[in-house]
Amino acid sequence: MSSMSNSNDNVIKLSHGSGGKETARIVSSLILSLLREDMMAVEGGIGTDELDDGAAIPIGDGRYIVVSIDSYTVNPPFFPGGNLGKLAASGTINDVLMMGGKPIAMMDAVVVEEGSRMEEVREIVRSFIEVLREEGVKLIGGDFKVMPRGQLDRYVITTVGVGIAEKLIVDSNLSPGDKIIVSGTIGEHGAAILAAQENFSVEGELKSDVQPLKRLMLSLIEEFGHAIHAAQDPTRGGLAQTLNEWASKTGHLITVNEAEIPIRDEVKAFTELLGVDPLSLACEGRVVLGVSPADADAILDSIRELGYRDAAIIGDVKKSEKYGGMVVLESVAGGLRILEPPSGTIVPRIC
Amino acid sequence: MKGNPSTLFRQKELAMGLSKAISRIASELEDDVKIMNFCGTHEWTITHFGLRTLMPKNIELVAGPGCPVCITPGYYVDTAIRLALDGVRVFAYGDTYRLPGRPRSDGPKTLEEAKSRGADIRIVYSVRDAIRIAKADGRDSVFLAVGFETTAPATLSPLVNGSVPENLTFINVHRLTPPIMRYVLDNYPESPIRGVIAPGHVSTITGASAWEFVPKEYGIPIIVTGFEPIDVLIAILEILKQLKEGKPSLVNEYRRAVSWEGNRKAHKMIEETCEIVDSGWRGIGFVPKSGLRFKGKFRRFDSFEIYGIQELTKELWREDLSPGCRCAEITLGIAKPTDCPMFMKGCTPESPYGPCMVSSEGTCSIWARYGGGVMLEEIAEDLGLS
Repeated sequence: MSSMSNSNDNVIKLSHGSGGKETARIVSSLILSLLREDMMAVEGGIGTDELDDGAAIPIGDGRYIVVSIDSYTVNPPFFPGGNLGKLAASGTINDVLMMGGKPIAMMDAVVVEEGSRMEEVREIVRSFIEVLREEGVKLIGGDFKVMPRGQLDRYVITTVGVGIAEKLIVDSNLSPGDKIIVSGTIGEHGAAILAAQENFSVEGELKSDVQPLKRLMLSLIEEFGHAIHAAQDPTRGGLAQTLNEWASKTGHLITVNEAEIPIRDEVKAFTELLGVDPLSLACEGRVVLGVSPADADAILDSIRELGYRDAAIIGDVKKSEKYGGMVVLESVAGGLRILEPPSGTIVPRIC
Repeated sequence: MKGNPSTLFRQKELAMGLSKAISRIASELEDDVKIMNFCGTHEWTITHFGLRTLMPKNIELVAGPGCPVCITPGYYVDTAIRLALDGVRVFAYGDTYRLPGRPRSDGPKTLEEAKSRGADIRIVYSVRDAIRIAKADGRDSVFLAVGFETTAPATLSPLVNGSVPENLTFINVHRLTPPIMRYVLDNYPESPIRGVIAPGHVSTITGASAWEFVPKEYGIPIIVTGFEPIDVLIAILEILKQLKEGKPSLVNEYRRAVSWEGNRKAHKMIEETCEIVDSGWRGIGFVPKSGLRFKGKFRRFDSFEIYGIQELTKELWREDLSPGCRCAEITLGIAKPTDCPMFMKGCTPESPYGPCMVSSEGTCSIWARYGGGVMLEEIAEDLGLS
């Protein structure tokens, strides 16, 4: 048995980067284990001690600089609803927003495989810049590199987002009694990518939800800042991953009502066909919020008024001695199951 | 989500009504009732929709052997790995990609490990993908063809219609379900199985009639059942009614998909291409007349023939589960995943030790992903949800 586990640990596997349990484990054993506690955050700020959507550094006037980084690589780089460029800009803007920051600037590192078609690269960069222009985010620096053919699968874009926050949203503030809100139908990015990868004929009906959430988040922060205790864009690992991270971070029990979770019929049909759980599929234009119960209905109304009509209250945060850290789902049929964090490579590499 | 047309078979009100009816009849039965859901997809439905939390205390739902990946003998995985390392391209379903071969100390233990050592392994969703890729470049390729009656026709039809290229052969691990059902009922120890939820997909091919022997010879109710929670609850209610009345019979609840005779075309295709032989089942051993092997002119698609490899025989059979793994008992419904000391310790979906943790239809994998191993009844009480 020991030889088996050894051979498993000897090489990096795709599942180590799938964003689920294995990623958490390898980040912890490979990187975090080498950091002394005083190396994990700038004094008064947020860092690798929280493993939130981004980091924060206090700037002395009560406000914070929020910084977030992510690398993006997706196969195929062009998919229904967007492309790698749009994803790389939107994803990092969203991560800054999830910390309560107003995104103001970005830097990028674009790595391209030798032999890639100029037209394709141009299109990706054009989409990238278009998102920044629409969202009023400056591109203040970057890097462009080419790797020899075969040493990289087409493109990797890394983006750093910078924002300013009056008040940070730190997910560990999620409290018993809080309501869980999701801003729209889930699993669409993951489903669209899976369909594109597998050349499924449903492809046309499935579109990625990739979009920046600046307008939505800034107006929620302004109106309800005090009531928003946690926010995350459920990217890799989807809703299941987000809720499990919150539960284990806070030690609370989260209950969700499956019947209330908005999922488009096309996504349902497609994921059922594949035996994939839509709750584990990535969203790239949705936010999950943990909000104080008194404001939950008003926040939901506000989200819907901003055009996110499928938004719904899907669950509750509860204090539980015995079952803290777990996510329990009441199925559409009324029975209960545990909503586990996704694991293995069931989650395709999509962002 | 509200408004989805498929929600009728998932409706909570209906589920609650059925759950009440089940409790009522269960309370009239004197003893504990163990019902086997044969099929992995039924286990998924039961666990995924939390149906065990809707059952009265004296009704136990146990999973059966209906997971083709779980019962694929390690010998065939090893054969595929060996061919892959020799430079033959291997096509496999996603579920078999991480399936461990027989326990041994050296060499890659899964196709996934073989791939990380440079072997050409391709995950495909259907035999058509394999045919397309094999045709395109003409490379020597094998398809690790696992499955029950449901999968067999899809694999066999391109053989019959002549669309399989010369360079593609098959490791034929198709298995038949009625023989293993018989095996389970013959070998089940102690408290017997009192009712069976028969596999729905398989029955579309075999026909409901394939299960007639269960009430006739074993005196046990068996219900051919669909895969929605309401289907399963109806089947359980029907089993309990039959037990109460003492009239075990075969009922086809899944008439929207399953006929009495099944798919005659598929039967013919199987007959034309394959003979029915005694075959190995992982962790269990050889079961009489339970597998398919190519015959006649179709033997040229048999990877064993083409590459001169010995087929698995009863004499060659040896234990193919790793030490401590209880997948055999779990497959036969004798043990629950939580009875296995490895479950979620040395054996997890990220790093599966036994085959039932690999496949999405494997009982251990389902329990791991949907928390079948936690006492959900207690949680329900704790939350005031029950």
